[in-house]
Amino acid sequence: MTGNRLGPFARILRHVVLMTLAVVIVAPFVWMVLCSFKTQSEILSAEIRLIPHTWAAVENYTAALTRVPMLRFLLNGVIVTLVIFLLQVLVNLPAAYALAKLRFRGRSAFLGLVLLCLLIPVHATAIPTYIMFYKAGLLNTYASLILPFTISVFGIFLMRQFFMTVPDDLIDAARVDGMSEIGYFWPLIVVADQALYTPPLGVAFFRLNDQGTSYGPLMAAATISIAPLVIAFLLAQRRFIEGITLTGMKA
Amino acid sequence: MPRDASQPAADVAGVPSRRHGHGAVAAVLAGPALVLIVLFLIGPLACVALLSLTDYQLGAATLNYVGGKNYAEMFSDRVFQKSLTNTLLYVAITVPGSVLLGLGAALLIEADRGLRTFYRAIYFLPVMATLIAMSIVWEFMLHPQFGIVNQLVKALGLSRIDWLQNQSVVLFTLCGTSIPKDLYEAAAGGGANSAIDRFRLVTWPMLSPVTLFVVVITAIRSFQVFDTVQVLTKGGPNKASEVLLYTMYSEGFEFFRSGYASAVTVVFLAFVLALSALKVFVLDKRVHYA
Repeated sequence: MTGNRLGPFARILRHVVLMTLAVVIVAPFVWMVLCSFKTQSEILSAEIRLIPHTWAAVENYTAALTRVPMLRFLLNGVIVTLVIFLLQVLVNLPAAYALAKLRFRGRSAFLGLVLLCLLIPVHATAIPTYIMFYKAGLLNTYASLILPFTISVFGIFLMRQFFMTVPDDLIDAARVDGMSEIGYFWPLIVVADQALYTPPLGVAFFRLNDQGTSYGPLMAAATISIAPLVIAFLLAQRRFIEGITLTGMKA
Repeated sequence: MPRDASQPAADVAGVPSRRHGHGAVAAVLAGPALVLIVLFLIGPLACVALLSLTDYQLGAATLNYVGGKNYAEMFSDRVFQKSLTNTLLYVAITVPGSVLLGLGAALLIEADRGLRTFYRAIYFLPVMATLIAMSIVWEFMLHPQFGIVNQLVKALGLSRIDWLQNQSVVLFTLCGTSIPKDLYEAAAGGGANSAIDRFRLVTWPMLSPVTLFVVVITAIRSFQVFDTVQVLTKGGPNKASEVLLYTMYSEGFEFFRSGYASAVTVVFLAFVLALSALKVFVLDKRVHYA
């Protein structure tokens, strides 16, 4: 891209608008982290102050990690994401290769099927998949969290494009897709056992469990649940943003 | 989207001259994916359509064909009517909000070099955070008594608002909490470097294909609103924030009325597919995938 091409006034206006919006975007994160350091009485006080008067960071984070097994939830998140990623590479990469590089009968039909499946939102298949897992006795297992996401038509499509153009960025494509979280909806439905909770379920559970009253620990738990991804992003932000701009987006 | 990456198949390197030369290899490579597509995508999709014509309840020994009974019940049900209206209203508010802010921000960020990387990172931040964690933070910030938002409102001399408990405000509040996350997606849709250049050249951006494309994908995403509703309001107060996927969830996975919930899913799917069709047929018309 090119360099500066705005006049001084336009340049200032650009910063004013972008900064205002940036403050609104960042505010929840900042407020969450700050409140995770505060005592309950300070959170409930009518006075707005940014920096905690009394620090309660140790108490809050200890509570977040001990009242519910927050580390276990994080570990579950890692296990599930990692296995999904590996299986996606195993299943989707060869299919994408076949579509891009091989000639075979039914190739355009298969590609058509993949394109058609791109239009199916995850929620649309939830009821039959749930019934299938119920009949197979798979509800409430790691398998129920992982299996529906082993197939990624978006991944196949993306990797096919890469095979046809820039093979070097393959892993980026796979990673971006594998990283796209399995979300909240599906785990909420198939998992009942706390030991299998993923971080989003864990935080939601924490909130219900505490009747949403002890805000310091709750903010600490929320901070813990998003910290790994946000830190990973800040460390590798250039590659993340390039990868996503390059691949466009899911629809 | 792949509009630039696609190439005609004939250009692919390494394609053998024999026709259908790689049948066996292809079957091995693509077979597992095909099986899983049938098992987890096409199969369930067909089942959801069939189930919507039955009275199946999870765990029941039998199921009966009931024709359009579920649909008739659904369209005369006040909760479903409310749910459909709310979803459409939610989409109608979120889409212009995300698209205008997202494309505007993308244009401004790319217009100049100053702090560009910084802004990109900040605007991307909400994408990395799970919506659940952020919902809980928003709930805390919107607390009627001690939430920071109401404290600021009070500091401005206005009266407190029960953001999530007030029937006439709750849906707007939910839109507001999800826009930061949708914003980047909208920006990215128009913000891919080549697209943004094209976009800038258009004198009347509202009519540009990029904008239309972003509007459609943002609308598809907005139709899928669920997480914030499930965590923050459970569809309340008094169904004021009931949305399609939440109705489907509570009928299907709380009351286990699988048949009825399938009918709700079919309606949801019809909207999403109609939007997708608009995207495919109107916008991707010139793209040749295979």
